[in-house]
Amino acid sequence: MRILRVLLRKEFLQIFRDKLLLRQMLMMPFIQLLVLSSAATFEVKTARVFLVDRDHSTMSHRLSGALAASGRFRIVDRAQSMKPANEAMLGRRTDMIMNIPPDFERDIVRTRTASVQLVFNAEDGALAGVTNSYAQQIIAEYARTLRPSVTSSPAIGIQTRGWYNQELDYKHYMVPGILVQLLTLVGTMMTAMNIVREREIGTLDQLNVTPLPRSAFIAAKLLPLMSIALVEFSVGLVVARWLFGVPMVGSLTLLFFCAIVYLVVALGLGLWVSTIVHTQQQAMFVSFFLLLVYLLMSGLFTPVRSMPEWAQWIAEVNPVKHFIVITRSVLLKGAGLTDILRPLGILAASGVIVLTLAVRQYSKRAA
Amino acid sequence: MIETLAAFMIKEVRHILRDRQTLTILLLMPLVQVVLFGYALRSDVRDVRLAIVDPSPDYASLALSQRFEAAKRFRIVAVAPSMGAIEPLFKRGQVDVAVSFDPEFAAHLESHEPAHVLIAVDASDPNTGSTMQTYARAVIMAYEQELGANHPQAVQIVPQVRMRFNPTLESVNLFVPGLIALVLTLVSALMTAISLSREKERGTLEILLVSPLRPWQIIIGKVLPYLGLAFANVLTALLAAWLIFHVPFRGSITLLLVESIIYSMVSLGLGVLVASLTSTQRVAMLVALLATMLPSTLLSGMVFPLASMPGILQLLSNIVPAHWFIVIARGIMLKGVGLEHLWRETLVLVGMTLFFMIAAVKSFKARVA
Amino acid sequence: MTAPNPAPAELAIVAHNLTRRFGQFTAVDHITFDVKVGEVFGFLGANGAGKTTAIKMLTGLLAPTEGDAKVAGLDLKTETEQIRRRIGYMSQRFSLYEDLTVLENIALYGGIYGLTSPQIAERSSVMLEKLGLEDDLVGKLPLGWKQKLAFSVALLHEPAVVFLDEPTGGVDPITRRQFWEMIYSAAERGTTVFVTTHYMDEAEYCDRISIMVDGRIATMGSPVELKQKWNVPSIDELFVRLARSG
Repeated sequence: MRILRVLLRKEFLQIFRDKLLLRQMLMMPFIQLLVLSSAATFEVKTARVFLVDRDHSTMSHRLSGALAASGRFRIVDRAQSMKPANEAMLGRRTDMIMNIPPDFERDIVRTRTASVQLVFNAEDGALAGVTNSYAQQIIAEYARTLRPSVTSSPAIGIQTRGWYNQELDYKHYMVPGILVQLLTLVGTMMTAMNIVREREIGTLDQLNVTPLPRSAFIAAKLLPLMSIALVEFSVGLVVARWLFGVPMVGSLTLLFFCAIVYLVVALGLGLWVSTIVHTQQQAMFVSFFLLLVYLLMSGLFTPVRSMPEWAQWIAEVNPVKHFIVITRSVLLKGAGLTDILRPLGILAASGVIVLTLAVRQYSKRAA
Repeated sequence: MIETLAAFMIKEVRHILRDRQTLTILLLMPLVQVVLFGYALRSDVRDVRLAIVDPSPDYASLALSQRFEAAKRFRIVAVAPSMGAIEPLFKRGQVDVAVSFDPEFAAHLESHEPAHVLIAVDASDPNTGSTMQTYARAVIMAYEQELGANHPQAVQIVPQVRMRFNPTLESVNLFVPGLIALVLTLVSALMTAISLSREKERGTLEILLVSPLRPWQIIIGKVLPYLGLAFANVLTALLAAWLIFHVPFRGSITLLLVESIIYSMVSLGLGVLVASLTSTQRVAMLVALLATMLPSTLLSGMVFPLASMPGILQLLSNIVPAHWFIVIARGIMLKGVGLEHLWRETLVLVGMTLFFMIAAVKSFKARVA
Repeated sequence: MTAPNPAPAELAIVAHNLTRRFGQFTAVDHITFDVKVGEVFGFLGANGAGKTTAIKMLTGLLAPTEGDAKVAGLDLKTETEQIRRRIGYMSQRFSLYEDLTVLENIALYGGIYGLTSPQIAERSSVMLEKLGLEDDLVGKLPLGWKQKLAFSVALLHEPAVVFLDEPTGGVDPITRRQFWEMIYSAAERGTTVFVTTHYMDEAEYCDRISIMVDGRIATMGSPVELKQKWNVPSIDELFVRLARSG
């Protein structure tokens, strides 16, 4: 116990004397939250439309008008043929082309059927799919208005409601995820680099020669970094509340408890990384790589349930994913302990496993 | 002069080759990333878990529920008579969308009064939230159209849809250019920064500066071996993209490779600049990380579409080299365009390379003087 | 004192066929030697001869591939933790924390070795006085002072054996002299000093030395004995001869 105290003193002294590190620690939440949360949005704003209207009839004008009036589409250019339209798409000046054929109105009047061509820039396939769906809905709406008696037809009134995030505000969604990413960065990378640094300098050998128990060494490394991470988390939460108005519906105590469980996993991972690399440089690369994998497979940027089966399995053991779920559930939905039992349980189990593995791997005597 | 430079470069190459561990990490990691993310990252919405709330089921509500059942995207996980039963499912994250019919659904339809349907979406993920909403709407409106189609006066406007550049709507086609940029940035900028600053720290750099080698030669000598490594990475990444994911290569591969080299040089230049401006290895690493990785992933358009970002960030993205490279790579791979459309972007990259290199050389000269 | 088969209690270190291989490369090749209690034993050899590897095995940092050893009467493989309580170590690379002060470093190691606070306080002030140091950040001290401080810290818990790996590297001659004076006073107090060095002139300061060439012990004995036996004027000469032929 006394040894632990002595070690902790040393760790904290070192951390507080590292001015550069401290400054980074304090600045990071702000920068990340500010930049990330503003940038990290998939919100579909308006799609740019290049109109090729070869009919110039009342109906074609009304159709393109309906598109523009929806607020989701913006007509940026017009032409009489597809060539300039295609050029514009190649030149990234438009997202979509609506091509209305010359006999549009005549066809509708005579045969009650007409066609319209929609060309989408499908580089972003998902976006194109959604935009397509929306455009088709608008076209169908317009087709309905062409019936002589609008009221004499079956009509379905659709109302929509978004739960837990009335205005579908991106920030409320992303900020918890960013906070988690912050924690992970601090936790895993800093732990790995810290320990590897001691190895590189030579002080690690000096410690290994002493009767210092392995558990004391590990605890002394993990505890200070955990407290720093928790401080960052708090700062991040404050920023989230004040700057972005992220609601905090659930219990913060519960959230902090979960954060601690999560940090055990993150720090344990850092410890494990430190046992398999030799230089600080490698420590950084490997932790960054792990971080990237965890982040991208966490469901923060792309939905987990869109991933193939095997990837979903990986996501299941991804602690980042579970902590993001917990954070969102507690902050946005006001979830209680019973609601988050499953992800929390997985986190706790992962923590135990990772820590055990890392401690086993860490030995004072090299084989 | 050439011999000195050559000797120096050979030493650098030996250095890289001998550090087996780091070399493995550098070659393997990007490949693993490309493969992993290519398979795993899908931005479209699939397997939406749907709950049907139907207080008084009738032929119409059942028919519409059927449509949802048949739609590939949706999977019905619960059916209940009231919303109250579904709420706890939402809270536990077991349901994504609930479609709730009003009690007199069929009756209203027949009497041509508005028959109401409520689409409730778990919007804690607003991205998928609005997408799911749109798709649910589409199913409902298609049904509505079906009902109305039998009317003799019904008008049908049939859209013919063409998805350009990516007919299969594969997400991987969108991500791969960005991943290549990420990989290149990682290897080029980070490695150069670390290698150079390590020499600085050890003091071996001073020996070089005192030698007959001129500063620009030292830089070139440091940079070229990593260029080779980066190039190897690009080739493997492109091979993986082509063989495993069948990502199209509609344009000129030569052009793509040349542009990759130019982009690598930009990153290398940035790495050198970072190394010359920082004092220790550790600082160099952290600064390089912040200055390259974060902007490259966030502000380049790689993951998040630039069009959705606030104006300031869109402006900022213009100074992120990765942004320009991604435009170029997507242009060549997906659209099959050549220099005639990409000359401006290429020029920007070349300009950036020159800027970073010159700045780095100047900063090195300052140390000697 | 050379009584036949001295009792193990008088031997601070006993190594028998100690070997360490790294893949195909044998760094330490079946070395056998012993060090008496209170001796100053010089473990000489060129850079890369295997000295650091040997010391790492004896201090429990590296596991031997073959062979066994006893340090302070305890078995290296099975009683490693107890050995750690009884030895001190000063590594080749600098081993104190540069961003901590002198007193903070002392307090750290004192705590780790189980010294009480009054003990630590007392020994700290003695140390500062002896070395003539102020309580500064260790990073700010010149190299010579750092080395002397590291040595003192290694002796802080009064170990039975202290291992020094190239302790006088890069230090001026006066400081080297002072360092060796510190080694002598430690030996006089009964601490066994096991020191590796590639400075052949330091060999003359030791009670006994061994010279390692390519992982093997080429010769061992007191400096006087060896000079006589090999008919060389200095250990330096001896080393050159052995290194060339080895």
